[in-house]
Amino acid sequence: MSRERAFNLAALALLVAVPAWAQLTGETFTITLATRAVIFALAATGLNIALGLGGLVSLGHAVFFGIGGYAMGILAFHAQSYTPLTDWPVTIPGTKLMPVIWLVAILVSALAALLIGLLALRTTGVYFIMITLAFGQMFYYFAISWPAYGGEDGMAIYVRNGFPGLNTLIPIQFYGLCLAWLLVVLWFNARLARSRFGLALNAARQAPQRVETVGLDPVRLKLVALVISGAVTGLAGALFADLNRFVSPTMFSWQLSGEIMVFVIIGGVGRLFGPVAGACLFVALEHLLGGITAYWHVWLGVLLLFIVLFGRGGLVGIFAGRGAVHD
Amino acid sequence: MTDPVLSVEGLCKSFGALRATDGVTLDLRPGEIHAIIGPNGAGKSTLIQQICGGLSPDAGRIRFLGADVTALPVRARARMGLARTFQISSLAMEDTVLQNALLGALGAAGRPWGFLRPALRDAGPRTLAEQALERVGLGDVAAVRTAELSHGQRRQLEVAVALTLSPRAFVMDEPMAGLGSAGSQQLTALLAELKADAPVLLVEHDMDAVFALADRISVLVYGQVVMTGTVEEVRADPRVREAYLGDAP
Ligand SMILES: Nc1ncnc2c1ncn2[C@@H]1O[C@H](COP(=O)(O)OP(=O)(O)OP(=O)(O)O)[C@@H](O)[C@H]1O
Ligand SMILES: [Mg+2]
Repeated sequence: MSRERAFNLAALALLVAVPAWAQLTGETFTITLATRAVIFALAATGLNIALGLGGLVSLGHAVFFGIGGYAMGILAFHAQSYTPLTDWPVTIPGTKLMPVIWLVAILVSALAALLIGLLALRTTGVYFIMITLAFGQMFYYFAISWPAYGGEDGMAIYVRNGFPGLNTLIPIQFYGLCLAWLLVVLWFNARLARSRFGLALNAARQAPQRVETVGLDPVRLKLVALVISGAVTGLAGALFADLNRFVSPTMFSWQLSGEIMVFVIIGGVGRLFGPVAGACLFVALEHLLGGITAYWHVWLGVLLLFIVLFGRGGLVGIFAGRGAVHD
Repeated sequence: MTDPVLSVEGLCKSFGALRATDGVTLDLRPGEIHAIIGPNGAGKSTLIQQICGGLSPDAGRIRFLGADVTALPVRARARMGLARTFQISSLAMEDTVLQNALLGALGAAGRPWGFLRPALRDAGPRTLAEQALERVGLGDVAAVRTAELSHGQRRQLEVAVALTLSPRAFVMDEPMAGLGSAGSQQLTALLAELKADAPVLLVEHDMDAVFALADRISVLVYGQVVMTGTVEEVRADPRVREAYLGDAP
């Protein structure tokens, strides 16, 4: 067994054991923290598909996170206020059903990623980063100035949305749902990395000229990667909003885009469990240091600097060395 | 006479005041190796770039397999069977040798849209990739990370990727660049075999290789073709001896 696989299995074991222990000892708050970490891990796994495989440095992934959040917020708001989303041409009611909300979150954020990608992928490097950042700001200010859905204050959802057969109000059950999603997406990510698309995308990151000389379009490969990536981060946004039963424009903020990026970098860019390790460490530090000092972000910055300077593979790289070649 | 596979007519390209390609006309006929030689900065790579679609010419036409491809992008020409190797290796360095060859095979098949099944389990493209690696002599290092290959092996891999495209014409920019004499001899032998697959337009500085391989040679100086002829004709031409081969007349 490779060291990376051992690391991944250990991380998985912790994701199961810690909340289970918290459940047994009645530490509900720990379960909430773990749910937060798992959702952040999911959002960052989305970014890792674009960044790690496709080399797309997006500083606008909060767009998708926010869209997922507002997909949940808007659908649940209409359901709890018994008003339809629209009456024309057909009446579309709101919903409190998670599967429907997830589907909408995934589709709308994928569509947004497609549109953003069509524009942003005309550029590369710093310009690409700037355009994604600019889209983030556009969505942020749009959300602030949209009074129908809470404007700057955001909106609260009274009761967490439901999932058939589960009581999502019980923290451990909601945690189970989020963890299940994370596992499904990690499985998908692992398959994707070895698939034909993954192979071509990997090459498009490293040598776009080469990809073109074999008759493939590197920009189209990256566009598809961005769409998949946005959809995953959008799903995470819907779960995050459900965790807090609250959405606000901060879900679109550039700080959040930056945090998603930080999860990936701390954990290890392009490493399957990098986003998981990064998000868990972030949430743990936020909780432990945040209680001691309001300036805990400074320590996070020091850690980030250390990892970027000395441990290029992030946490996974530090534990497991350089990535093995996929077989 | 059979129609040329590839032909270039009156091609011009300027960078500011510099005429890097100045009215170039040449063609590549079935079954031949047509070498292009010329001093550094003569415009060889610029010409190759235009033939493959990476640069668009200011004037002139490029025909491939009877079709005007002047306005087509790189990947469309590649899909028609124009296989190029680079002067400076352009490979996915973090990937294995086999993965690089497989990329060519997937490109040739136009099928990069598989999301779940492992690419290496695709029997068709994989066989194609492995055959290409065997042919260039990289069969034993298929599982090695490309970054760990020697310079010469990378040049061989460039050729292997080109081979997976089942090409109708090869366009090679200095495949021997940086190879030792043993390496160039090996690659010379390989190129001599490739001619049977498809004709080769070969830019090369290594005169031993050019004289051993070429059926025809065009001499490019300051963006212009100063002569095209057989090896004997080119060797005997005083202008070439003076300007390029460095011999006293
Ligand atoms: N993109 C560009 N912009 C400006 N000038 C260029 C550009 N590309 C090439 N040149 C110039 O055009 C001329 C021809 O360059 P090119 O690379 O085609 O030469 P070459 O014959 O391939 O030389 P070498 O033998 O060194 O590979 C050179 O003077 C070069 O500086
Ligand atoms: Mg050159």
